[in-house]
Amino acid sequence: MTEFVQLLVKGLAFGSAYGLVALGFVVVFKATGVVNFAQGSFLLAGAYLTFTATVRWGLPFPVGVALAGVGAVALALVVERAVVRRLTGEPPVTVLLATLGVAIVLEQVVTLAWGFRPHHIGDPWGAASVRWAGVALSQVDLATLAVAGAAFAGLALFFRRTRLGLALRASAADHEAAAAHGIAPALVSRSAWALAAGAATVAGVLLASGPAAATPDLGDAALRAFPAVILGGFVSLGGALAGGLTVGVVEVMTAGYLPGNELVVPYLVMLAVLLLRPQGLFVAREARRL
Amino acid sequence: MKRTAALAAAAAALYIVIPLRTSDYWLSVLNLAGIAAIGAAGLNLLSGYCGQLSLGHAAFLGTGAYVCAALGAPLWVAVPAAALLGAALGVLVTPFAVRLRTHTLAIATLALVFIGQHVFREWTSVTGGNAGRSDLPVVDLPGAADQGWFWLVWPLVAASVALVAAIARSRLGRDMAAVRADERAAAVVGVNVAATKAAAFALSGALAAAAGALYGAYKGYVGPEDWGLLVSIQYLAMVLIGGIGTVKAPVVGALFVTALPRLVEEVVSPGTAPQVTQIFFGLAIVAVASLRRRGVDVTARPRPRSTASCADQPQL
Repeated sequence: MTEFVQLLVKGLAFGSAYGLVALGFVVVFKATGVVNFAQGSFLLAGAYLTFTATVRWGLPFPVGVALAGVGAVALALVVERAVVRRLTGEPPVTVLLATLGVAIVLEQVVTLAWGFRPHHIGDPWGAASVRWAGVALSQVDLATLAVAGAAFAGLALFFRRTRLGLALRASAADHEAAAAHGIAPALVSRSAWALAAGAATVAGVLLASGPAAATPDLGDAALRAFPAVILGGFVSLGGALAGGLTVGVVEVMTAGYLPGNELVVPYLVMLAVLLLRPQGLFVAREARRL
Repeated sequence: MKRTAALAAAAAALYIVIPLRTSDYWLSVLNLAGIAAIGAAGLNLLSGYCGQLSLGHAAFLGTGAYVCAALGAPLWVAVPAAALLGAALGVLVTPFAVRLRTHTLAIATLALVFIGQHVFREWTSVTGGNAGRSDLPVVDLPGAADQGWFWLVWPLVAASVALVAAIARSRLGRDMAAVRADERAAAVVGVNVAATKAAAFALSGALAAAAGALYGAYKGYVGPEDWGLLVSIQYLAMVLIGGIGTVKAPVVGALFVTALPRLVEEVVSPGTAPQVTQIFFGLAIVAVASLRRRGVDVTARPRPRSTASCADQPQL
């Protein structure tokens, strides 16, 4: 039972980071109709830029993360402007390959700039664990949950309470009607890419800090977030979070009880969901969304 | 008629002369490109003619290569057997293809890559696990190894391309075009959408697995690392760069994608970091996707720009 609770918390911590990545997919898809296969590059950029800012330049950790976030957002805006905006109305295969091409280029640039060896980006959480009712919870997992939770709360507030958030929601509901009401499609697209890169930076830092490290395959975490997006139904903030948490728990539980299969089981769950409930687990059945 | 005959004669002359006059290095590039073109022909049928996205091609290719290794039969048995299993796997994907559209289907087929690699690693008795297998059938071919392979592979390329072209002109091909254009409208006019998609996935899986079997036999080795997502991306890139939905797409694209890293090494600077060749590959994809929608073929007329705009609701 203790082991189960420990795995559950670890899984939720992983899952909250996946949830942030999944949210990035959802926001960009709702705003621009593009499934961004380059999302992993923003994770990489966020984590490695944090390394440079905190370890190389010796800046305090929060300042380093903020700078890395600015860098990742700038990168996302360049990609949006240079590649994605040209693809409006193109067939899906073109859009898919274009973002995959961006992912290939950026991953190789990262390995050229930083090399292949792991980079420890710092450990602001401490390696200690908290004992509570016989269950040992690592501070890293608790901190991850807290940070990701705060990020989600902030995003929820942004979507509910700000004009830009309202504009994004309006545009997601109906592009044409939103444009007719003076919401510039370009602004919506840019904001969505910036948000996705910001969320990916936080996720990248969470996945690479503490005992873990920034490695070139950190970008694969974005691929592991796809089951989260599918489970969440590609529609909402809450869906992305719920999907992310589910995938994190499934992955960590599999690693705990069926070691060696943790990278496959989330995908098997995803395939099962796609067969039985293609609209996603956390969505009310709407008129044929898929 | 005269022109066709002249073209055929030229092709036959090239077919005989190229292996005699080309260095082993470039001959191996041509052989790998030919094998890739067979797999890409299947993906072109699936994505170009039937409009179905697949990121799972690496899994079909890998399956073919392992069938070739595990069967222990001569190549002329192993390749058809691989194609049969590839077709069966393609049919298995159909339930997803029937339920899902474009991007979700791409993500579902992405799962195939991860499941495939997992099986290739874990099913050690058949696949050799992480070490892979080196006991693939040896083919007795005329001439030096690469010459013989050229004479073996390129007729198969021609056959695959001709097969895809024949299917595209058949009733099945018209059904595929209808499914690509508008699934619901196709169903309304009596096209069996599910059966059409199943046929497209089966044919595509068969050609991919056949190409995988040839690839394994050519290399003499098959291991789990060879069938990652990058392979799926490369095949999609071949189809797109060659001009998706055209007869020659797989050949042009396979030649381009296979030769590109060698050209970069040769022309830009010998001994460049492997990252640089990858960056060129990524840039080529992005450039073709966002600039030239007809691939690298300069003879093709530009397609009229789609009238769809940002105002369209994204279709998942």
